[in-house]
Amino acid sequence: MPVNVKVPTPLRKFTAGSETVSGNGATVGALIEDLEKRHAGIRERICDEQGRVRRFVNLYLNGEDIRFLQQLDTKVKDGDEISIVPAIAGGAA
Amino acid sequence: MHGALLRADDVASLVGRTPLLRLTQVARDVPRDVRIWAKLEGFNPGGSVKDRPALRMMQEGLKSGKLTPGKVVIDSTSGNTGIALAMIGAALGFPVELVIPANVSVERRQIIEAYGAKPIESDPLEGSDGAIRLCRQVIADHPDRYFKPDQYFNEANPLAHYSTTGPEIWEQTGGRVTHFLAGIGTSGTVMGTGRYLKERNPAIQVLAVEPDDAFHGLEGLKHMASSIVPGIYHEGELDGKVPAPTDEAYEMVYRIGREEGLLVGQSAGAACWAALQIARTIDHGDIVVVFPDFGDKYLSTNLWQGWGQRVPRFPQGLEADAANPDLRLA
Repeated sequence: MPVNVKVPTPLRKFTAGSETVSGNGATVGALIEDLEKRHAGIRERICDEQGRVRRFVNLYLNGEDIRFLQQLDTKVKDGDEISIVPAIAGGAA
Repeated sequence: MHGALLRADDVASLVGRTPLLRLTQVARDVPRDVRIWAKLEGFNPGGSVKDRPALRMMQEGLKSGKLTPGKVVIDSTSGNTGIALAMIGAALGFPVELVIPANVSVERRQIIEAYGAKPIESDPLEGSDGAIRLCRQVIADHPDRYFKPDQYFNEANPLAHYSTTGPEIWEQTGGRVTHFLAGIGTSGTVMGTGRYLKERNPAIQVLAVEPDDAFHGLEGLKHMASSIVPGIYHEGELDGKVPAPTDEAYEMVYRIGREEGLLVGQSAGAACWAALQIARTIDHGDIVVVFPDFGDKYLSTNLWQGWGQRVPRFPQGLEADAANPDLRLA
Protein backbone atom coordinates (compact mmCIF):
# COMPACT_ATOMS: atom_id res chain seq x y z
CA MET A 1 0.00 0.00 0.00
CA PRO A 2 1.72 3.19 -1.13
CA VAL A 3 1.78 6.64 0.50
CA ASN A 4 -1.26 8.88 -0.03
CA VAL A 5 -0.50 12.44 -1.04
CA LYS A 6 -3.10 15.17 -0.55
CA VAL A 7 -2.75 17.79 -3.25
CA PRO A 8 -3.88 21.42 -2.81
CA THR A 9 -6.20 22.89 -5.42
CA PRO A 10 -3.55 24.99 -7.24
CA LEU A 11 -1.43 21.88 -7.89
CA ARG A 12 -4.27 19.65 -9.10
CA LYS A 13 -3.56 20.71 -12.67
CA PHE A 14 -0.61 18.32 -12.43
CA THR A 15 -2.73 15.45 -11.09
CA ALA A 16 -5.57 15.61 -13.62
CA GLY A 17 -7.71 17.21 -10.96
CA SER A 18 -7.16 14.51 -8.33
CA GLU A 19 -7.24 15.60 -4.72
CA THR A 20 -5.32 12.55 -3.54
CA VAL A 21 -2.64 10.66 -5.46
CA SER A 22 -0.35 7.74 -4.59
CA GLY A 23 3.40 7.71 -4.47
CA ASN A 24 6.31 5.54 -3.39
CA GLY A 25 9.58 6.23 -1.66
CA ALA A 26 11.41 5.59 1.59
CA THR A 27 11.65 9.28 2.45
CA VAL A 28 9.66 12.43 1.70
CA GLY A 29 12.41 13.48 -0.73
CA ALA A 30 12.20 10.17 -2.62
CA LEU A 31 8.43 10.44 -2.63
CA ILE A 32 8.62 13.86 -4.32
CA GLU A 33 10.92 12.38 -6.99
CA ASP A 34 8.39 9.62 -7.55
CA LEU A 35 5.55 12.17 -7.78
CA GLU A 36 7.49 14.04 -10.45
CA LYS A 37 7.66 10.85 -12.56
CA ARG A 38 3.91 10.42 -12.31
CA HIS A 39 2.91 14.09 -12.46
CA ALA A 40 5.56 15.96 -14.43
CA GLY A 41 6.06 19.56 -13.31
CA ILE A 42 4.89 19.15 -9.73
CA ARG A 43 8.39 18.96 -8.21
CA GLU A 44 9.49 22.45 -9.27
CA ARG A 45 6.41 23.91 -7.61
CA ILE A 46 7.33 22.23 -4.32
CA CYS A 47 11.14 22.56 -4.49
CA ASP A 48 13.56 25.18 -5.77
CA GLU A 49 16.40 24.67 -8.26
CA GLN A 50 18.62 23.33 -5.49
CA GLY A 51 16.02 20.74 -4.58
CA ARG A 52 15.11 22.44 -1.32
CA VAL A 53 11.48 22.79 -0.31
CA ARG A 54 10.28 26.28 -1.22
CA ARG A 55 9.99 28.58 1.74
CA PHE A 56 6.23 29.01 1.49
CA VAL A 57 5.47 25.31 1.15
CA ASN A 58 4.51 23.14 4.11
CA LEU A 59 4.63 19.36 4.02
CA TYR A 60 2.81 17.38 6.67
CA LEU A 61 3.36 13.69 7.40
CA ASN A 62 0.25 12.32 9.11
CA GLY A 63 -0.42 15.87 10.31
CA GLU A 64 3.15 16.54 11.54
CA ASP A 65 5.14 19.33 9.89
CA ILE A 66 8.21 17.61 8.40
CA ARG A 67 10.24 20.77 9.00
CA PHE A 68 10.30 19.69 12.63
CA LEU A 69 10.96 16.04 11.78
CA GLN A 70 13.87 15.17 9.44
CA GLN A 71 12.65 17.46 6.64
CA LEU A 72 13.15 15.79 3.22
CA ASP A 73 14.94 12.88 4.93
CA THR A 74 11.85 12.10 6.99
CA LYS A 75 11.04 8.42 6.57
CA VAL A 76 7.68 7.40 5.16
CA LYS A 77 5.97 4.02 5.03
CA ASP A 78 3.04 2.47 3.25
CA GLY A 79 -0.28 3.90 4.37
CA ASP A 80 1.20 7.22 5.50
CA GLU A 81 -0.45 10.45 4.39
CA ILE A 82 1.49 13.47 3.13
CA SER A 83 -0.28 16.82 2.73
CA ILE A 84 1.13 19.62 0.59
CA VAL A 85 -0.13 22.95 1.94
CA PRO A 86 0.95 26.41 0.84
CA ALA A 87 1.75 28.80 3.71
CA ILE A 88 -1.47 30.55 2.90
CA ALA A 89 -4.72 29.91 1.19
CA GLY A 90 -4.05 29.87 -2.52
CA GLY A 91 -7.50 30.89 -3.58
CA ALA A 92 -7.81 28.50 -6.50
CA ALA A 93 -11.29 27.55 -7.57
CA MET B 1 -5.12 66.51 7.44
CA HIS B 2 -1.84 64.60 7.87
CA GLY B 3 0.66 65.18 10.53
CA ALA B 4 -1.94 66.71 12.82
CA LEU B 5 -2.32 64.97 16.16
CA LEU B 6 -5.60 63.16 16.22
CA ARG B 7 -7.98 62.94 19.11
CA ALA B 8 -10.98 60.67 18.84
CA ASP B 9 -14.06 59.64 20.77
CA ASP B 10 -14.33 56.19 19.19
CA VAL B 11 -12.08 53.68 17.45
CA ALA B 12 -13.98 53.84 14.16
CA SER B 13 -13.05 57.47 13.65
CA LEU B 14 -9.35 56.53 13.80
CA VAL B 15 -9.65 54.51 10.58
CA GLY B 16 -7.76 55.99 7.63
CA ARG B 17 -5.54 59.08 7.35
CA THR B 18 -2.47 56.86 7.21
CA PRO B 19 1.00 58.26 6.50
CA LEU B 20 2.86 58.12 3.21
CA LEU B 21 6.55 57.20 3.54
CA ARG B 22 9.16 57.77 0.86
CA LEU B 23 11.27 54.63 0.39
CA THR B 24 14.88 55.60 -0.05
CA GLN B 25 17.15 52.65 0.72
CA VAL B 26 15.38 49.84 -1.13
CA ALA B 27 14.75 52.25 -4.02
CA ARG B 28 18.27 53.60 -4.27
CA ASP B 29 18.95 52.04 -7.67
CA VAL B 30 15.92 53.53 -9.42
CA PRO B 31 16.28 56.61 -11.67
CA ARG B 32 16.93 59.82 -9.75
CA ASP B 33 13.62 61.42 -10.66
CA VAL B 34 11.53 58.45 -9.67
CA ARG B 35 10.15 58.45 -6.16
CA ILE B 36 8.43 55.53 -4.46
CA TRP B 37 5.98 56.25 -1.69
CA ALA B 38 4.53 53.60 0.60
CA LYS B 39 1.03 54.12 1.99
CA LEU B 40 1.40 52.61 5.46
CA GLU B 41 -1.95 51.01 6.13
CA GLY B 42 -0.59 49.27 9.20
CA PHE B 43 -1.28 52.51 11.03
CA ASN B 44 -5.02 51.82 11.01
CA PRO B 45 -6.35 50.89 14.48
CA GLY B 46 -6.99 47.26 13.49
CA GLY B 47 -3.54 47.16 11.92
CA SER B 48 -4.40 46.91 8.24
CA VAL B 49 -5.94 48.46 5.15
CA LYS B 50 -9.01 46.29 5.76
CA ASP B 51 -10.26 48.61 8.48
CA ARG B 52 -11.46 50.94 5.74
CA PRO B 53 -13.80 48.53 3.87
CA ALA B 54 -14.86 46.76 7.08
CA LEU B 55 -16.05 50.03 8.59
CA ARG B 56 -17.74 51.17 5.40
CA MET B 57 -19.49 47.85 4.77
CA MET B 58 -20.91 47.78 8.31
CA GLN B 59 -21.96 51.42 8.09
CA GLU B 60 -23.74 50.72 4.78
CA GLY B 61 -25.36 47.63 6.35
CA LEU B 62 -26.74 49.74 9.18
CA LYS B 63 -27.93 52.39 6.75
CA SER B 64 -29.70 49.89 4.48
CA GLY B 65 -31.28 48.00 7.37
CA LYS B 66 -29.53 44.72 6.48
CA LEU B 67 -27.54 44.91 9.71
CA THR B 68 -29.88 45.15 12.68
CA PRO B 69 -29.47 44.50 16.43
CA GLY B 70 -29.42 40.78 17.17
CA LYS B 71 -27.71 39.83 13.93
CA VAL B 72 -24.30 38.19 13.72
CA VAL B 73 -21.73 39.58 11.29
CA ILE B 74 -20.13 36.75 9.28
CA ASP B 75 -17.64 36.62 6.44
CA SER B 76 -14.97 34.49 4.87
CA THR B 77 -11.59 36.10 5.17
CA SER B 78 -7.93 35.25 4.91
CA GLY B 79 -7.27 37.32 7.98
CA ASN B 80 -7.05 41.09 7.95
CA THR B 81 -10.69 41.65 7.00
CA GLY B 82 -11.62 39.31 9.79
CA ILE B 83 -9.56 41.28 12.27
CA ALA B 84 -11.10 44.51 11.01
CA LEU B 85 -14.65 43.16 11.21
CA ALA B 86 -13.98 41.72 14.67
CA MET B 87 -12.65 45.09 15.83
CA ILE B 88 -15.47 47.18 14.34
CA GLY B 89 -18.01 44.59 15.49
CA ALA B 90 -16.70 44.89 19.05
CA ALA B 91 -16.75 48.68 18.83
CA LEU B 92 -20.31 48.76 17.50
CA GLY B 93 -21.62 45.92 19.68
CA PHE B 94 -22.23 43.20 17.09
CA PRO B 95 -21.09 39.57 17.47
CA VAL B 96 -18.81 38.39 14.65
CA GLU B 97 -18.12 34.91 13.21
CA LEU B 98 -15.34 34.39 10.68
CA VAL B 99 -14.64 31.51 8.32
CA ILE B 100 -10.88 31.24 7.85
CA PRO B 101 -8.68 28.61 6.18
CA ALA B 102 -7.11 26.54 8.97
CA ASN B 103 -3.60 27.47 7.80
CA VAL B 104 -3.75 31.21 8.45
CA SER B 105 -1.26 32.37 11.04
CA VAL B 106 -1.93 31.58 14.69
CA GLU B 107 -1.58 35.24 15.68
CA ARG B 108 -4.47 36.15 13.42
CA ARG B 109 -6.75 33.64 14.99
CA GLN B 110 -5.74 34.85 18.46
CA ILE B 111 -6.33 38.49 17.54
CA ILE B 112 -9.78 37.66 16.16
CA GLU B 113 -10.64 35.85 19.38
CA ALA B 114 -9.28 38.72 21.49
CA TYR B 115 -11.91 40.97 19.91
CA GLY B 116 -14.53 38.42 20.97
CA ALA B 117 -15.17 37.02 17.49
CA LYS B 118 -15.58 33.32 16.74
CA PRO B 119 -13.33 31.68 14.09
CA ILE B 120 -14.75 28.83 11.97
CA GLU B 121 -12.02 26.83 10.21
CA SER B 122 -12.24 25.74 6.59
CA ASP B 123 -10.13 23.17 4.74
CA PRO B 124 -6.59 24.55 4.27
CA LEU B 125 -6.20 22.54 1.06
CA GLU B 126 -9.01 24.51 -0.53
CA GLY B 127 -7.60 27.94 0.29
CA SER B 128 -9.64 31.09 0.58
CA ASP B 129 -12.17 29.80 -1.95
CA GLY B 130 -12.85 26.93 0.45
CA ALA B 131 -13.60 29.52 3.14
CA ILE B 132 -16.00 31.31 0.78
CA ARG B 133 -17.85 28.06 0.11
CA LEU B 134 -18.07 27.03 3.78
CA CYS B 135 -19.30 30.51 4.70
CA ARG B 136 -22.09 30.22 2.11
CA GLN B 137 -23.09 26.90 3.64
CA VAL B 138 -23.15 28.25 7.23
CA ILE B 139 -25.39 31.12 6.13
CA ALA B 140 -27.65 28.80 4.12
CA ASP B 141 -28.25 26.82 7.31
CA HIS B 142 -29.41 29.96 9.22
CA PRO B 143 -30.14 32.70 6.67
CA ASP B 144 -31.90 35.07 9.09
CA ARG B 145 -29.18 34.96 11.70
CA TYR B 146 -26.43 36.59 9.71
CA PHE B 147 -25.31 39.82 8.09
CA LYS B 148 -22.62 39.12 5.53
CA PRO B 149 -20.62 42.16 4.45
CA ASP B 150 -19.42 40.03 1.51
CA GLN B 151 -16.24 41.93 0.78
CA TYR B 152 -15.76 40.24 -2.60
CA PHE B 153 -19.07 41.51 -3.96
CA ASN B 154 -19.91 44.55 -1.83
CA GLU B 155 -19.45 47.86 -3.63
CA ALA B 156 -18.98 49.53 -0.23
CA ASN B 157 -15.53 47.88 -0.25
CA PRO B 158 -14.08 49.80 -3.23
CA LEU B 159 -16.20 52.79 -2.22
CA ALA B 160 -14.31 52.99 1.09
CA HIS B 161 -11.11 53.45 -0.90
CA TYR B 162 -12.71 55.75 -3.44
CA SER B 163 -13.78 58.09 -0.66
CA THR B 164 -10.74 57.84 1.66
CA THR B 165 -7.57 56.17 0.33
CA GLY B 166 -7.78 57.89 -3.05
CA PRO B 167 -8.28 61.45 -1.76
CA GLU B 168 -5.58 60.94 0.88
CA ILE B 169 -3.01 59.88 -1.73
CA TRP B 170 -3.98 62.74 -4.02
CA GLU B 171 -3.52 65.20 -1.17
CA GLN B 172 -0.35 63.63 0.24
CA THR B 173 1.37 63.77 -3.15
CA GLY B 174 0.03 67.21 -3.99
CA GLY B 175 -1.56 65.65 -7.07
CA ARG B 176 1.84 64.50 -8.38
CA VAL B 177 1.15 60.77 -8.22
CA THR B 178 1.84 59.13 -11.59
CA HIS B 179 1.49 55.44 -10.74
CA PHE B 180 -0.62 53.62 -8.18
CA LEU B 181 0.00 50.00 -7.23
CA ALA B 182 -1.86 47.73 -4.86
CA GLY B 183 -2.09 43.99 -4.39
CA ILE B 184 -5.33 42.24 -5.28
CA GLY B 185 -7.13 40.19 -2.69
CA THR B 186 -10.70 41.32 -3.07
CA SER B 187 -9.42 44.06 -5.43
CA GLY B 188 -11.25 46.71 -3.37
CA THR B 189 -8.13 48.82 -2.77
CA VAL B 190 -6.93 48.97 -6.36
CA MET B 191 -10.44 49.37 -7.78
CA GLY B 192 -11.69 52.14 -5.49
CA THR B 193 -8.46 54.08 -5.14
CA GLY B 194 -7.70 53.72 -8.84
CA ARG B 195 -11.13 54.97 -9.80
CA TYR B 196 -10.73 58.10 -7.69
CA LEU B 197 -7.21 58.85 -8.91
CA LYS B 198 -8.17 58.40 -12.56
CA GLU B 199 -11.02 60.84 -12.10
CA ARG B 200 -8.52 63.39 -10.85
CA ASN B 201 -5.99 62.58 -13.55
CA PRO B 202 -6.75 59.96 -16.22
CA ALA B 203 -3.04 59.65 -17.01
CA ILE B 204 -2.31 58.00 -13.66
CA GLN B 205 -1.33 54.38 -14.22
CA VAL B 206 -3.27 52.00 -11.98
CA LEU B 207 -1.61 48.61 -11.57
CA ALA B 208 -2.61 45.52 -9.64
CA VAL B 209 -0.06 43.22 -8.03
CA GLU B 210 -0.89 39.53 -7.97
CA PRO B 211 0.96 36.30 -7.19
CA ASP B 212 2.80 34.96 -10.23
CA ASP B 213 1.26 31.52 -9.83
CA ALA B 214 -1.81 29.84 -8.39
CA PHE B 215 0.48 28.04 -5.90
CA HIS B 216 2.01 30.86 -3.88
CA GLY B 217 2.83 32.10 -0.38
CA LEU B 218 1.47 35.63 -0.50
CA GLU B 219 -1.19 35.69 2.18
CA GLY B 220 -4.02 38.03 1.34
CA LEU B 221 -3.36 38.11 -2.41
CA LYS B 222 -5.25 36.29 -5.13
CA HIS B 223 -4.03 34.85 -8.41
CA MET B 224 -6.97 35.99 -10.49
CA ALA B 225 -6.73 33.53 -13.38
CA SER B 226 -7.19 30.57 -11.03
CA SER B 227 -9.55 32.13 -8.50
CA ILE B 228 -13.22 32.84 -7.97
CA VAL B 229 -13.22 36.34 -9.47
CA PRO B 230 -14.58 38.94 -7.00
CA GLY B 231 -17.73 40.69 -8.19
CA ILE B 232 -16.15 44.07 -7.50
CA TYR B 233 -13.18 43.29 -9.77
CA HIS B 234 -13.22 44.99 -13.17
CA GLU B 235 -9.97 44.24 -14.93
CA GLY B 236 -10.78 46.66 -17.73
CA GLU B 237 -10.25 49.60 -15.35
CA LEU B 238 -6.65 48.59 -14.71
CA ASP B 239 -3.67 49.64 -16.78
CA GLY B 240 -2.02 46.33 -16.04
CA LYS B 241 -1.11 43.62 -13.60
CA VAL B 242 2.32 42.88 -12.18
CA PRO B 243 2.90 39.21 -11.28
CA ALA B 244 5.03 38.91 -8.13
CA PRO B 245 7.02 35.77 -7.26
CA THR B 246 6.70 34.67 -3.64
CA ASP B 247 10.46 34.28 -3.08
CA GLU B 248 11.23 37.81 -4.30
CA ALA B 249 8.39 39.22 -2.20
CA TYR B 250 9.79 37.53 0.92
CA GLU B 251 13.29 38.85 0.18
CA MET B 252 11.78 42.31 -0.16
CA VAL B 253 10.22 42.03 3.31
CA TYR B 254 13.66 41.27 4.79
CA ARG B 255 15.21 44.23 2.96
CA ILE B 256 12.45 46.66 3.99
CA GLY B 257 12.95 45.64 7.61
CA ARG B 258 16.71 46.00 7.62
CA GLU B 259 17.16 48.87 5.21
CA GLU B 260 14.12 51.08 5.85
CA GLY B 261 13.38 50.12 9.43
CA LEU B 262 9.89 48.94 8.65
CA LEU B 263 8.60 45.45 9.45
CA VAL B 264 5.86 44.64 6.94
CA GLY B 265 3.83 41.67 5.78
CA GLN B 266 4.44 39.60 2.64
CA SER B 267 1.80 41.41 0.58
CA ALA B 268 3.68 44.68 1.18
CA GLY B 269 6.85 42.88 0.10
CA ALA B 270 5.15 41.81 -3.13
CA ALA B 271 3.78 45.29 -3.75
CA CYS B 272 7.16 46.90 -3.11
CA TRP B 273 8.91 44.44 -5.41
CA ALA B 274 6.36 45.28 -8.11
CA ALA B 275 6.81 49.03 -7.55
CA LEU B 276 10.56 48.65 -8.04
CA GLN B 277 9.99 46.81 -11.34
CA ILE B 278 7.84 49.69 -12.57
CA ALA B 279 10.27 52.31 -11.24
CA ARG B 280 13.06 50.86 -13.37
CA THR B 281 11.01 51.28 -16.55
CA ILE B 282 10.36 55.03 -16.21
CA ASP B 283 12.51 58.19 -16.13
CA HIS B 284 10.50 60.22 -13.69
CA GLY B 285 7.38 59.89 -11.61
CA ASP B 286 5.82 59.42 -8.21
CA ILE B 287 4.83 55.85 -7.56
CA VAL B 288 2.46 55.21 -4.68
CA VAL B 289 2.28 51.64 -3.42
CA VAL B 290 0.02 50.31 -0.70
CA PHE B 291 1.65 48.46 2.19
CA PRO B 292 -1.44 46.67 3.55
CA ASP B 293 -0.09 45.96 7.04
CA PHE B 294 2.90 45.60 9.32
CA GLY B 295 4.69 42.33 9.83
CA ASP B 296 4.16 41.33 13.43
CA LYS B 297 1.25 39.03 12.56
CA TYR B 298 3.50 36.88 10.39
CA LEU B 299 6.31 36.00 12.75
CA SER B 300 5.01 32.44 13.10
CA THR B 301 4.50 31.96 9.35
CA ASN B 302 6.86 30.57 6.73
CA LEU B 303 7.96 34.12 5.98
CA TRP B 304 10.09 34.00 9.12
CA GLN B 305 10.00 30.38 10.26
CA GLY B 306 10.71 29.16 6.74
CA TRP B 307 13.02 26.22 6.52
CA GLY B 308 15.46 27.52 9.08
CA GLN B 309 18.81 28.30 7.60
CA ARG B 310 17.39 29.99 4.56
CA VAL B 311 16.19 33.21 6.21
CA PRO B 312 19.22 35.39 5.43
CA ARG B 313 21.20 36.77 8.33
CA PHE B 314 22.28 39.77 6.26
CA PRO B 315 20.36 41.74 3.70
CA GLN B 316 21.05 41.17 0.04
CA GLY B 317 23.40 43.86 -1.18
CA LEU B 318 25.06 44.49 2.19
CA GLU B 319 28.45 44.43 0.49
CA ALA B 320 27.28 47.10 -1.92
CA ASP B 321 26.28 49.25 1.05
CA ALA B 322 29.63 48.81 2.70
CA ALA B 323 31.31 49.92 -0.52
CA ASN B 324 29.13 53.03 -0.70
CA PRO B 325 28.75 54.22 2.88
CA ASP B 326 27.48 57.60 1.70
CA LEU B 327 24.35 55.96 0.40
CA ARG B 328 23.45 54.92 3.90
CA LEU B 329 23.82 58.47 5.15
CA ALA B 330 22.01 60.19 2.31
